[in-house]
Amino acid sequence: MNAPDTEAGIVDAVLAAREPLAIEGNGSKRGLLRPVQAAETLSTRNLSGITLYKPTEMVLSARAGTPLPEIEATLAERGQMLAPEPPDTHALFGVRQPATIGGIVATNLSGPRRINAGSIRDHLLGIRFVNGRGEVVRSGGRVLKNVTGLDLCKLLAGSHGTLGVLTEITMKVLPATEATATLKVAVPDIATGIRALSAGLTSPYGITGAALLPMGPTALLRLEDFAESVTYRAARLREDLARFGEVSMVEAPESRLLWRSIRDADPINGGPDHAIWRLSIRPSAAPALVAALQEAFAARLLLDWGGGLVWVAGPATEEAHQAVLAATIAARGSYTLFRAPEPLRAAVAVIPPEAPALAAIAARVKAALDPAGLFNPGRMRAGQ
Amino acid sequence: MIPLPPPKPEILARRDAIIAALRTLVPGEGVIGDETRLKPYETDGLSAYRQPPLAVVLPTTTEQVAAVMRYCHGNGIRVVPRGAGTSLSGGALPLADAVVIGLMRMNRILEIDFDDRLAVVEAGVTNLGITKAVEHEGFFYAPDPSSQLACMIGGNVNMNSGGAHCLKYGVTANNLLGLKLVTPEGEIVEVGGDHLDTAGYDWLGLMTGSEGMLGIVTEVTVRILRGPEGARAMLAAFKGTEIAGAAVDAIIGSGIIPVALEFMDKPCIHACEAFAHAGYPLDAEAMLIIEVEGSVAEQDFLLARIKEICARFDPISLKVATSAEESMAIWKGRKGAFGAVGRISPDYLCMDGTIPTGELPFVLKRIGEMSTQYGLQVANVFHAGDGNLHPLIMFDANNPASFRAAEDFGADILKLCVEVGGCLTGEHGVGVEKRDLMHVQFQPHELAQQRAIKTAFDPAWLLNPHKVFPLEALPQ
Repeated sequence: MNAPDTEAGIVDAVLAAREPLAIEGNGSKRGLLRPVQAAETLSTRNLSGITLYKPTEMVLSARAGTPLPEIEATLAERGQMLAPEPPDTHALFGVRQPATIGGIVATNLSGPRRINAGSIRDHLLGIRFVNGRGEVVRSGGRVLKNVTGLDLCKLLAGSHGTLGVLTEITMKVLPATEATATLKVAVPDIATGIRALSAGLTSPYGITGAALLPMGPTALLRLEDFAESVTYRAARLREDLARFGEVSMVEAPESRLLWRSIRDADPINGGPDHAIWRLSIRPSAAPALVAALQEAFAARLLLDWGGGLVWVAGPATEEAHQAVLAATIAARGSYTLFRAPEPLRAAVAVIPPEAPALAAIAARVKAALDPAGLFNPGRMRAGQ
Repeated sequence: MIPLPPPKPEILARRDAIIAALRTLVPGEGVIGDETRLKPYETDGLSAYRQPPLAVVLPTTTEQVAAVMRYCHGNGIRVVPRGAGTSLSGGALPLADAVVIGLMRMNRILEIDFDDRLAVVEAGVTNLGITKAVEHEGFFYAPDPSSQLACMIGGNVNMNSGGAHCLKYGVTANNLLGLKLVTPEGEIVEVGGDHLDTAGYDWLGLMTGSEGMLGIVTEVTVRILRGPEGARAMLAAFKGTEIAGAAVDAIIGSGIIPVALEFMDKPCIHACEAFAHAGYPLDAEAMLIIEVEGSVAEQDFLLARIKEICARFDPISLKVATSAEESMAIWKGRKGAFGAVGRISPDYLCMDGTIPTGELPFVLKRIGEMSTQYGLQVANVFHAGDGNLHPLIMFDANNPASFRAAEDFGADILKLCVEVGGCLTGEHGVGVEKRDLMHVQFQPHELAQQRAIKTAFDPAWLLNPHKVFPLEALPQ
């Protein structure tokens, strides 16, 4: 593995490369999507450290290999946070090393607060990356509002290292909330649970987490704000939600643990031989999708984002994958085979195929950034 | 003046044939070819630049847009998309040999779903039109550019429009779910969807703010939000811009994100007060308008906290609205700022740089020095929370030297924004206006990288080829 400790070292490695490279940070999400066909790995793990932090300007820059816990700890010291609440996937992937900020951006993974605060890519202000020609390219910047030129930040976020090697990340950061509480509604079925979440999300109370645990089933709605607001809003919501089932309150310490486990998809994490899918759908499509999946196999499920995010665990078979695919297509949604043993990941489409007109553009965009096809070949789609 | 690429003589020569062909694709009143009726399409919000197009097409369906695009692509004809024509950067400025595709007749709201918190609308629906369609249920569409009465969602997507409330609600990019668009080659594609986060490359994010260079947006799926219980404003006036800047830092540092945090400098306060009689303190060097949301009790609590913070900075005046009417009075001057400046000087350029908020005092001082140097007055309004600065440079359009000086002054301000760590444009877009300043912010290979992505979408560079990138690299 080649893990340079400077951006210039990354440039040299790219310029010297004659064969495809596996691009990664700490490799904590190596098990995500398809296995990469590359002889060598280029890692940003030694490109570490926070380079700029201005709490009053709500901005933080860090080299791509900076561990996420280091960034979160630095922010916490000043009462701030990464609002999209990126999940900690080390338990899901059975690895010990922490995620890097570069890896979180490259995978665009956001947690429960995404429903209210936006995704990682929404909070990404600027990037530096090395393209396939070995050039250092900047996009965005360190200010909160910027529409200068094409937004390559959005293009690189969620591109899984296939378009460039991220070397530095600048994020918008927000004040951490002072107080939190969760309302727990014992609902009779999934459909009622989704309606309860929608009722919360269409209230004026700024719900920052809306999850549904199918065991029970239980709808969970999180409030975060100044203590006075949380108390007031919890009382109002409690009344509003009573029509869906019995409402109880989860106080701050337990609430924090609860949302951490939802963020990290703990409730569905069975053994490593199970496959895990992460689906993004329209919330009202969730009850039918859940029913279809439960009929297809013994699915373990967790719903977040008001029902718009569905975590599914099931057997790591092509039949189960086809069932997930069919249910997602019926819901007009998007899916990711998030974790599976390598043979399955290599055999199936781990994310939906692109329409032909877009696939042609995608190939040209890839060539515009990585003309020799060096970066993470086959990571997102076979032959791409 | 910023040059436009020379028209292709062979296209101009085929004008009548092209118009006839377009009429077969968009029947009825959908094609405009005569000179007088083309006149309204020769310019946009950057009215110093004018260029009538070859023809204007006003399609009513995505299929018609695709047919026109396929025809233009097949015949090497340039295309300029247009919404309401409110761009302040020349985003809708035509070319003599280009067909303008105007989306204003595609103005239907296709779907509203409150439970799923989304609306599907055609590109020609106005920004405010979306909010009007959902407000009876207490919902709104969050981005609120000041042209929101007229500007269209298709244009908002292409410029990634902001507004006064993006500190809390984000810009257009943060409030979209999906798009239907027509590629430069005339293919209809959908990106994103009616759900959050789509796996694969983020075409939705790349298209947003692409200034009509990558495709023609025909349908937009937006997120709609439930509005707060209420909102209320306060006003705080200070003896110096640095002091006001420090107060902004202290508010943000305390963990409060107001829904709006507007800063006005002394010339702006005076212009607005003379115009709107809003009761602004004329002896102040800088003034903040701060708005918070929530129930009345929550507003009280937040405003009390902010008032307490502002009180530490020796304010000249602190006024907390006690009613919706008083809030409106506080906003009245700010909302009329452009009109107020227009009363002092009928012609002004509205600039749009962004700076790190901590650099505000230095930047305002430098702008003041430049104002003396160029002999042109300037008033500054500033979205203080997010660093987006709008200097209004006053000039005399009847005097070409005055216009040139205003353009040079504006360019110097934008260079200064980049110098202190900011950018050329926060929400108006590059368009034609800032095209030739792109090298100030980007190195040649970075511009080449962006252009290569434009080429990936539009290999022949037929779609809006004269915007965003300096002309010297335009493929012949």
